[in-house]
Amino acid sequence: MSAHTDTMLYLDGVSVAFDGFKAINNLAIIVKPAEMLAIIGPNGAGKTTMMDIITGKTRPDTGQVLFDGRTDLTRLDEAAIANLGIGRKFQKPTVFESQTVWDNLEMALKKPRGIFSTLFYTASDDDVARITEILETVRLIARKDELAANLSHGQKQWLEIGMLLAQDPKLLLVDEPVAGMTDSETEETAKLLREISQTRSVVVVEHDMSFVRELGSRVVCLAEGSVLAEGSLDQVSANPVVIERYLGR
Amino acid sequence: MLILRALRLVLLALPFLLLPSNAIRAQDAATDIPAAIQAMGEANLRELEQIVADLAATGSDTVVPVLTALGDGNLYLEETSGAVLIERGSTYLEPLSGEAVELGADADLSKIRVNNGLRRDIAAALAGMTLMSDSPARRLTAAQGFLANPDPANIPLLDEAIAAETDANVLKAMQAARAVTILGDDEQSVADRKAAVPLVASGAGRNALTILNSALNGAPEELAPTIQSAIAGLEQERAIWGALQNVWFGLSLGSVLLLAAIGLAITFGVMGVINMAHGEMVMLGAYTTFIVQLVIRQNFPGLLDYSLLIALPCAFLVTGAIGVGIERGIIRWLYGRPLETLLATWGLSLILQQTVRSIFGPTNQMVIAPTWMSGSTEFFGLSITYGRFWIVIFAIIVFLLLLMVLNRTALGLQMRAVTQNRRMASAMGIRTPFVDAMTFGLGSGIAGLAGVALTQIDNISPNLGQNYIIDSFMVVVFGGVGNLWGTLVGALTLGVANKFLEPYAGAVLGKILILVLIILFIQRRPRGLFALKGRAVEQ
Amino acid sequence: MLTQALFRALDKKAIWVIAIFLAVAVLVPMANLLIPPGQYGHVPTYLVSLMGKYLAYAILALALDLVWGYCGILSLGHGAFFALGGYAMGMYLMRQIGSRGVYGNPVLPDFMVFLNYSELPWFWLGMDNFWFAMLMVVFVPGLLAFVFGFFAFRSRVTGVYLSIITQAMTFALLLAFFRNDMGFGGNNGLTDFKDILGVSVQAQSTRATLFAATAIALALSVLVCSMIVNSKLGKVMIAVRDAESRTRFLGYRVEYVKLFAFTVSAIMAGIAGALYVPQVGIINPSEFDPANSIEVVIWTAVGGRGTLIGPIIGAIVVNLGKSWFTTTLPELWLFALGALFVFTTLFLPKGIVGLWHQAWGRMRRKTEHAERPAPPTPAQSADIERGEDPASFGHEAQPKPAE
Repeated sequence: MSAHTDTMLYLDGVSVAFDGFKAINNLAIIVKPAEMLAIIGPNGAGKTTMMDIITGKTRPDTGQVLFDGRTDLTRLDEAAIANLGIGRKFQKPTVFESQTVWDNLEMALKKPRGIFSTLFYTASDDDVARITEILETVRLIARKDELAANLSHGQKQWLEIGMLLAQDPKLLLVDEPVAGMTDSETEETAKLLREISQTRSVVVVEHDMSFVRELGSRVVCLAEGSVLAEGSLDQVSANPVVIERYLGR
Repeated sequence: MLILRALRLVLLALPFLLLPSNAIRAQDAATDIPAAIQAMGEANLRELEQIVADLAATGSDTVVPVLTALGDGNLYLEETSGAVLIERGSTYLEPLSGEAVELGADADLSKIRVNNGLRRDIAAALAGMTLMSDSPARRLTAAQGFLANPDPANIPLLDEAIAAETDANVLKAMQAARAVTILGDDEQSVADRKAAVPLVASGAGRNALTILNSALNGAPEELAPTIQSAIAGLEQERAIWGALQNVWFGLSLGSVLLLAAIGLAITFGVMGVINMAHGEMVMLGAYTTFIVQLVIRQNFPGLLDYSLLIALPCAFLVTGAIGVGIERGIIRWLYGRPLETLLATWGLSLILQQTVRSIFGPTNQMVIAPTWMSGSTEFFGLSITYGRFWIVIFAIIVFLLLLMVLNRTALGLQMRAVTQNRRMASAMGIRTPFVDAMTFGLGSGIAGLAGVALTQIDNISPNLGQNYIIDSFMVVVFGGVGNLWGTLVGALTLGVANKFLEPYAGAVLGKILILVLIILFIQRRPRGLFALKGRAVEQ
Repeated sequence: MLTQALFRALDKKAIWVIAIFLAVAVLVPMANLLIPPGQYGHVPTYLVSLMGKYLAYAILALALDLVWGYCGILSLGHGAFFALGGYAMGMYLMRQIGSRGVYGNPVLPDFMVFLNYSELPWFWLGMDNFWFAMLMVVFVPGLLAFVFGFFAFRSRVTGVYLSIITQAMTFALLLAFFRNDMGFGGNNGLTDFKDILGVSVQAQSTRATLFAATAIALALSVLVCSMIVNSKLGKVMIAVRDAESRTRFLGYRVEYVKLFAFTVSAIMAGIAGALYVPQVGIINPSEFDPANSIEVVIWTAVGGRGTLIGPIIGAIVVNLGKSWFTTTLPELWLFALGALFVFTTLFLPKGIVGLWHQAWGRMRRKTEHAERPAPPTPAQSADIERGEDPASFGHEAQPKPAE
């Protein structure tokens, strides 16, 4: 275990099967602190299942999943893992549509999550300032009192990223963040993620190759539940197996 | 016996052809039967005793009516002619031939009196005689009579009969009777009595426990352990049969639950629709049966025995059509909102109940069981009523048919496809709305079939369905949704568990316990016994 | 902290609702006691009790709304909590009869004498003390809800499954309370009450007081609910309703949020039951009937769930309708109720309050030509309505196999 102290996320030998179908097969991935990792791969490669395993939604059949080099994530539930400092953005933007943008962020804000501390919670000036700051970062300040349901698809993506920021996690899992965004928004997102990765670990799953290129990070290509290739984007996309299985000739 | 048969053949040609054959055998015996009977008229008690013994010793069946009549006080002396006659109602019979006798106007009848001691002798004599009878059935009855009233004096008689017996069943009964007699006789040796115990235990049937227990009361010390162990063995055996009987009752209840729940398993499992009006579909099926029988009784009384069979397709079509109507009219607007569906169908169930109540009144209606469904049979130690038996069979047939529809027909294939991936199914050209309607209709139709079966065990009232809806949901939830086998196992398990809890906890408390156990079970396995797994399920 | 929470609770519309019911608590008893019969404005005593009954129902509907409208838990067993509170009150009232019962036993209630009890069962001890009985009114339903909810929510029993097992719970209690040897009077329940706190239950002034107590309890319930739903916890509850698993990924313990709402709600239901029993004079096992619990759901749905005023309006309107039907057209009542279920779910998903909002919003838009953004489209709000994981948002209304 001590060997993994310099990792933020450590997966080794992870397998999970649904009714005999191996969604994840002997997967091994390492993310270091303050490092960005992009994960690419065809549909059904197990990207979302991998995120489910890390965040406690799915229990792996075998394998080791360690956070911060010491915490065994396979024993914890979703809430406990989230409170450890792992934030997740879903493939489909999932924000609380019947509540305002502000309330969405207020709920995400890193504060005690207990029943009575939330019942008697009153936003302090610091909290208000922090939420306002995030709203500016994700460019939703003008729409802070609107229902999240009224946002466009791209804006919902931004709101969810904002909620991630409000959670102040050590590790961010971001599933297809730029789907439905315009080119300039995509560019902004890449910039924001690069900025975040200065201080935190970020795992991005994305199909958009130009976006992955902009991230400029290490890339892992998944296929059929295990790692196909690893390295810089150029290295991975030059890999003949990757071309065969994913990119196409 | 061979000689007798040969003799009989010879005698066939003789003029007294119509005489009972045994009368001829009697003529060979030492006692002259007609004379002995004649003598009864004037005999005093002691002489009568002797005559009874002599008659009994002939072993002839012909003397049985006389002795019976004497014991019952129906034997009379006609003073003027000196004839002895048997009284039957207002006529008098000749004791040997059994022919009625015309009495003259001057007839003077007096009863031949007997006392209690003589009555006992007569009873014993009759039993002894029937023990030697030609008919195995009669010999069996006699042996059972000895078993019920053991008397050490009969042991030699029994020994004799056992030696001559050829029928295995009768032999067993005689041995049991002998064993019971020996066991109950203090004068027999302990070793003999010990040897008798297992015979009593195996041969004395339902009374064995009582006999052994009463024998245990006065038993000497050496004998007691043998009897006790025999009692323990019997009690264990009885417990096993009791358990089997309970299993049967449980299966019978389980099959009713299965019938009620299986339609629900389709609508809930395949479509995700909570149909709170499902119970009312069952109720409508029962009322359809009632109407069908009413029509048949008035117009085609000859078909009355088949009214249930005729009601089956009618009930299926009626409730199925109503189901399709409900799906098209209400449920399709509420897909994806299970809680609203629950409320709307509950409202519907209130309307259906009240409609039936307005038409048929709140009182219970009756459906008469066909002859082939009434009565019961003994199957080893189990008592099985035909009604229950046919319901179990019916439930199995419905289950298998449904399994076949789902797995072997085009509709079943489409239903499964729609369950697994609605969009894809739609893209493949399956008319999903049609499949939805048919699925719901099928589930409702099966509820109607359940209603037909329930007419045989429950009152037909507007509230009929209410009694089953919660149980049905429990079955589906317990068995796991979307899995017919789960429903089968769930229904049978709950049925059997219910019947096993009942003797210990009482019917109501047993039911409460079951509900509590299911609630606890759902905590453990929120998706039921046979749950589907995988990522697809969670989304 | 608490003062801030209270202050937050009192803003918006809640303060009006609370003020109205406090005013009702004063005015109706005054109209009953001070204005002599026959004079204009007099409220007859039977009407006071009838209105008191409706207000107790309103508390029950509000309690259900807290779990269903705000937290997405459709409980089909809230009648059980109501009845348990009612039984606790009924036990106190039984003990107050003393030796005035038919059998004249100073300790044992009539039914126990009849059933040959030699002494009070242990759970009847202390119920002659008003404060202890009132403690039981909140404790027993609260404890049941806590234990039941703890197991159910921890193992993530949700949606219709939860609805069905809550129904099974109340059904099991129904069967249990029908049993004579449970020690709760079996079939007949508890009735023939004489005194409450030393005054006659039947007296006009007692009836007026009970009404006032019910109205005040309703006002307090609105205050408590308003405090909860306007807090951050209330927002988390709505988040749980709309997207349970997403809330979990934010680090909230969904099971505890639900458990809190469920327990608070059960306690409110218990209090409603306790106020109901002395006003109607009887509590019997039929209160546990699953049909009653579902009727509560329809009150809430008709009024408008997810609002504080909706369930109160719904409870009063539906029960007024029920009273009218059962006196004038009794055989049609079940048709009307059934139709109400179907109609509300199909055409009035947001209830009367939603309808009013819609009408009001349309009127305002017309007059102001407001540049305010459009309200959520019907499709979107239907999605939210469903209380589903947004992962499935955007689908058309289509059946899904049960999970």
